[in-house]
Amino acid sequence: MVSIGCGISEPGSTRKNKTGSWRTFKPVLDKEKCVDCDNCILFCPDGCIGKEHNIDYDYCKGCGICKVECPVKAIEMVREE
Amino acid sequence: MTKQVMTSNKAVAEAVKLAKPQVVPVYPITPQTTISEYLAQYVADGDLDAEYIRVESEHSAISATLGASEAGVRVFTATSSQGLMLMHEILFAAAGMRAPIVMADANRAISAPLNIWNDQQDSIAQRDAGWIHLYVENAQEAHDTIIQAYKIAENKDVLLPVMVCLDGFILTHTVEPVELLEAGAVDEFLPAYEPTHAFLDPEKPMSLGTLADPEYYTEARYAMQVAMDNAIPVIKEVGKEFGEKFGREYGLVDAYKCEDAEIILVAMGSMCSTIRVVVDELRENGEKVGLLRIRSYRPFPYEEINEIVKNADKLAVLDKNVTFGIGGALFTDICAKCDKDTYGFILGLGGRDIIPDYIKECVELTKSGEKKVTWIGLKEDE
Repeated sequence: MVSIGCGISEPGSTRKNKTGSWRTFKPVLDKEKCVDCDNCILFCPDGCIGKEHNIDYDYCKGCGICKVECPVKAIEMVREE
Repeated sequence: MTKQVMTSNKAVAEAVKLAKPQVVPVYPITPQTTISEYLAQYVADGDLDAEYIRVESEHSAISATLGASEAGVRVFTATSSQGLMLMHEILFAAAGMRAPIVMADANRAISAPLNIWNDQQDSIAQRDAGWIHLYVENAQEAHDTIIQAYKIAENKDVLLPVMVCLDGFILTHTVEPVELLEAGAVDEFLPAYEPTHAFLDPEKPMSLGTLADPEYYTEARYAMQVAMDNAIPVIKEVGKEFGEKFGREYGLVDAYKCEDAEIILVAMGSMCSTIRVVVDELRENGEKVGLLRIRSYRPFPYEEINEIVKNADKLAVLDKNVTFGIGGALFTDICAKCDKDTYGFILGLGGRDIIPDYIKECVELTKSGEKKVTWIGLKEDE
């Protein structure tokens, strides 16, 4: 439910916007192939990949940079259903 | 109570003084200018305790008005024609941010060709901004409606800005007797504004005019539709309460001799006074005609309209505006919402007088029913 006139009286409300809904393709990591280089963590522009390489699908917008930067092709982009 | 003789612009300014807005940003434009002059005088004389902002354009006038409203105070501004066009962008923001602004629009034609005289194209062009649009017929109604407009806009179930539309020159510069409301009684009817959703308080900071992504935007716009629907009973209640307190009751529409009318003329603003005279004249000749004046154009009170026109054979809608390619705006709205044999007439553009003969011509053309939309008073090529 939006407030009257969309006024916001608390900070950090952007967290409520699950921007992952914008995604068309979803990155899926094959942990068997992963060599722990952490390139995906470093290159993700939205900070959506955690230390254990878990992907935060609430905010990942599916840009596919992680897939491009992965040296062992462990990430596959799968079309969202 | 004594009456004073004054223009509608003076009547508006006097009402604003009684409503006590705290911020008044205005930019002068014909034929609204004297409203801004009267208000400047009241502030200079200490009769109105408000911040009068001399802005550099109408875009700034409405922006400053919106900013002040969001800071939590009662506000007022006024404009006309090209000035209203320049406000266009911010009108949508004001409605979306649910700012209970009251603005007077002195109805004037839109360029090109350049024209300073009256028609209603300016406010009609803003009809989708989300403002409540009230069209007044005379100076007394202009005075009374400003006070009601604040009560409607600030109602918790509404919280939408209100535009009070008065015909340029015909009302703004013509003097009529007006019974000015008494200050104490206005204070009882219209208590001080208490903001709920937008105000400036360092103890409770907030962000206003925020971004809403696809997840939220539709709901925010739907909330405006709900508010507009809520405005229908609120406008009626406020008009009724005003009547109980001050002796002049107002509603969403104003029906005149419609009960047994075969043809009902539908119109807005000052031309309704002329139509009323023509209705009386035609009735003396045995013609069953009536007048339905639309006071609230947005929200459009179609249920009430349908109830009034249910027994009529035909409707004749008189528009002082054009929606090119289809007809007048009021005509198209009536066609959309009333299942009646309806005819549209475009007249009175750019200050051309609407004489009684034009109105009789509309009645005759409605009887013949040959053409759906007719421009009245067009000059023949020489």
